[in-house]
Amino acid sequence: MDWQAIWLSVRLACCTTAILLLLGVPLAGWLAFSPRRWRFLVEAAVALPLVLPPTVLGFYVLLAIGPRSPVGALYAHFTGGVLPFSFQGLLIASVLYSLPFAVQPVAGAFQSVDRKLIEASWCLGVSRFATFRRVAVPLARPGIATGAILSFAHTMGEFGVVLMVGGNIAGVTRTVSISIYDQVQALRYDAALETSLFLLGFSFVVLALTYALQRRIWTAWPMS
Amino acid sequence: MTLSPIRDRSIQRAALAAILVAAAVGRGCLWRRESPQQTTVAAASDLQFALDDILGGFRRAHPSADIRVVYGSSGNFYTQIRGGAPFDLYLSADIEYPRRLAREGLAQPESLFTYAVGRIVVWVPAGSPLDLDRLGMGALEAPAVRHVAIANPEHAPYGRAAVAAMRSTGVYDRVAGKLVLGENVAQTLQFVESGAAEVGIVALSLALAPPVRGHGRYWEVPPDAYPEIDQGGAILAHARRSRLALDLRNYLASAAARTRLKQFGFLPPPERD
Repeated sequence: MDWQAIWLSVRLACCTTAILLLLGVPLAGWLAFSPRRWRFLVEAAVALPLVLPPTVLGFYVLLAIGPRSPVGALYAHFTGGVLPFSFQGLLIASVLYSLPFAVQPVAGAFQSVDRKLIEASWCLGVSRFATFRRVAVPLARPGIATGAILSFAHTMGEFGVVLMVGGNIAGVTRTVSISIYDQVQALRYDAALETSLFLLGFSFVVLALTYALQRRIWTAWPMS
Repeated sequence: MTLSPIRDRSIQRAALAAILVAAAVGRGCLWRRESPQQTTVAAASDLQFALDDILGGFRRAHPSADIRVVYGSSGNFYTQIRGGAPFDLYLSADIEYPRRLAREGLAQPESLFTYAVGRIVVWVPAGSPLDLDRLGMGALEAPAVRHVAIANPEHAPYGRAAVAAMRSTGVYDRVAGKLVLGENVAQTLQFVESGAAEVGIVALSLALAPPVRGHGRYWEVPPDAYPEIDQGGAILAHARRSRLALDLRNYLASAAARTRLKQFGFLPPPERD
């Protein structure tokens, strides 16, 4: 069993989820509450990773963060490193790839928050930001949890994007799905099956635990 | 709610039409006649340009032949054939796969053949400052080179050859930390062409492929630096009576086909007995 790859995938999924929560919740809030007309354009852009084949997305990410791109040049200027074939590069790719999985459930949860509560808060003189933080976010918590779980799960199983930008370096970019693919390609079906079963079991346990906890929290501790 | 007779009849008619259409489509899919003049080839993706060209010649000689070619990874094809994939002729990038199929009774042992010998080259994009003619394999060690792309040696024959060549020229230990692995040679080239890796080791056939030619420079690794990459194939067991598959296999082993293959970077296999 390729423990190194499993641990790498877990780390990548945790970091991706954390970044997506930081980015995704404000973005989802903006999508849900913004009065802007062209909001639908942003919504469409966020959903794009659902449509693009992962290898295509990965190829574009490779070009976009490579040393010849502005992003890659800027990164090289500050760190002296290269983004492709690094954990940071994978992280950027994963965040892009899982963006709709984080944003869409959260935006949906914000949209279903009772508008009256938000307006009441505004009328009481609470600022837009404080209302968002203290009214909208707590009410949308189940949606945020769903977004986080989906981001984590989606990153654990990510394959095509990692294949395109990772370069398959053990301990750095060889994630568990790449490791399973390698095992199948090298005709080591038993090893592949073993790792796949572990991934399946692990993912099921993590998802089941999160859903169970989520339910317990919301029933025992309803909206503090 | 009851439907009026007229509405009822129009629904019946629509349903009948739908069934007829489905039956016609289904007939096309399910009862496709397997004529002896039709054959499906599973070919390693590095053959794409060469094989399209060679098949042109074969089709002129066999105008009624219906040849379908599927390009993909040799290892994936091997797995698919074991799963019952309906290919007739299998052209692998590594003769080891058809050999295994023959041992497993899934390919005809007497049809096993080497159609070409692959060559590897050190490849850099056109704008690279590396002087390959002067440096040769040493280009991989250049300080400006941070990443060296090769195909995954665990399953890609060109990756294994690349590692063998690095070992035999003594650069492997200094290059090992810079290696990034592509899933296949085409992806390996992508890593270099995108600028993410500075240099790569790819197949000569790829460096000569029309969409790649002109985008980079290459240096041919001496053939004695790595074991021969035998690209081989076989006719699969269920196609043992297919005349067309046999003709095509023999055509690929012919002198005419070998000349064309050579122009695409696949050397003819050495004469053995």
